[in-house]
Amino acid sequence: MSAPGGAGTETINEMYKNMQTAADTESLRELLKKKFAPTGDSIAFAARFFRELVKPPFPGREFLHQCYLIGYKSCPLISLTGFIMGLVLTIQSRPSLAQFGAESMLPGMVATSLVREIGPVITALICAGNIGSRMGAELGSMRVTEQIDAMEVSAINPYKFLVVSRVLATTLMIPLLSVYTNAVGMIGSWAAMNIHTNIGFTRYFSAAMGHLEFLDIVPALVKTFLFGFAIGIIGCFKGFYVRGGTESVGRAANAAVVTASLAVFVLDMLAVQITDLI
Amino acid sequence: MAESISAGSAGPDKPVVDIRDLKISFNRIPILSGINLQVRHGENLVVLGKSGSGKSVLIKCLVGLVEPDAGEIRVFDKDISNLSYEQLNEVRLKVGFLFQNAALYDSMTVGDNLAFPLRYHFKKLKPAQIRQLVGEALDSVGLQEAIDKMPSELSGGMSKRVGLARTLILKPDIMLYDEPTTGLDTATSKEISALILEMQRKKNISSIIITHDMHCAKTTADRLVVLKEGVIAAEGSYDQLRDGDDPWTKTFFE
Repeated sequence: MSAPGGAGTETINEMYKNMQTAADTESLRELLKKKFAPTGDSIAFAARFFRELVKPPFPGREFLHQCYLIGYKSCPLISLTGFIMGLVLTIQSRPSLAQFGAESMLPGMVATSLVREIGPVITALICAGNIGSRMGAELGSMRVTEQIDAMEVSAINPYKFLVVSRVLATTLMIPLLSVYTNAVGMIGSWAAMNIHTNIGFTRYFSAAMGHLEFLDIVPALVKTFLFGFAIGIIGCFKGFYVRGGTESVGRAANAAVVTASLAVFVLDMLAVQITDLI
Repeated sequence: MAESISAGSAGPDKPVVDIRDLKISFNRIPILSGINLQVRHGENLVVLGKSGSGKSVLIKCLVGLVEPDAGEIRVFDKDISNLSYEQLNEVRLKVGFLFQNAALYDSMTVGDNLAFPLRYHFKKLKPAQIRQLVGEALDSVGLQEAIDKMPSELSGGMSKRVGLARTLILKPDIMLYDEPTTGLDTATSKEISALILEMQRKKNISSIIITHDMHCAKTTADRLVVLKEGVIAAEGSYDQLRDGDDPWTKTFFE
């Protein structure tokens, strides 16, 4: 045995140091893996959608069912919100425009605001809450009750049946709902205008539509497809990979809403920047 | 080059399931530490073991739900860890799996639960043919009247029966049962055990049954294996294990 402070102790110290460095590297690797694995997984999950979409068979029946749930079943909530948004926007904007004698600009201003920004974003946020949470909870509970495993062992591709149908339905339905929100919002705005002035429905709409241009409508419509895709893929991703019990299902639903809402804002910001460059 | 699958082609002498030196660990904790196991055509194998001994993991490996760390799993003489997703699905079509909680699709009626795999895999079947097959499958488990019920309206025993019917509708050559009688009263668990045996006799399929229920083991087993700390601790017929010398194995029979 070496004396304390001798060459043997130095070797032991060196070995200990090396072991510590190796342990640090290992824990750093683990930490990085833990930190970035979900991002990598979510990208792979989204990429798989496009691969599975083009491979037969197409889950047509489930896709139509999801379109019904996402599109038709969301209509009451979207109608109410759209109507109130149009109404409130008109009531709030009217005094400012009236100060400059520009009340006649109100239909155009409301139409532009609704079509370019408020309609798509409000629709997407409502759907992120309503549809994103439903998908997260539904797929999450299917995972914890082994229904997804049951599909796997029956040689049924659960990704295709559950994810492709849902994501495609949100991608196609949210633009439609957004157009619908805009229309209902305009009716709300017309109703608000009629509190103070008597303006005919046709005249109001002619004034509103006269202000809209190609670049108001198309970029706004394009971004709603992106919102729909993001809401669908995030809701499904959070639910599909739930691990644990029923508590995890609640967490997945919550995470789906928060992440999808955040994604809507980020995508909106990017879309606005890109539109601004055009 | 991808192997072509002909499920059921294991041959009369070859085991339908052949597991060699299977090792699995979760978070560096070993679950299975070198399992060697064979199941022959038409044989009912019961796997006993305490909770957490890796019994469910073992059968989940057979259908590719859990990936092993090491070892070889051959089902119908095909190494399932070397198969593509499509080839694995061909094997899965020949392997039925009854989950512990039956895992019925809760957004579908009982009838749709059974019709779903048929519609998915056999596109040419007409609705009338599907209805007939579903009716026959439900009849075989004595639940013809439950066809329009939702899974939430079924009792535990009924759910297990529907789960069994859904699995058998694809006419598997091997059945895997994950604790088929857990959570059921004595009378219902006896009924399920008898049903498992009846299905095996009628269709001459091989089965692996994971259970704690000694009545189920006695009723259904041709052979039993006992798992302890990730390895096979004992193997033999029900009577051999019951009358054996190992005190740990004998605790199951007390």
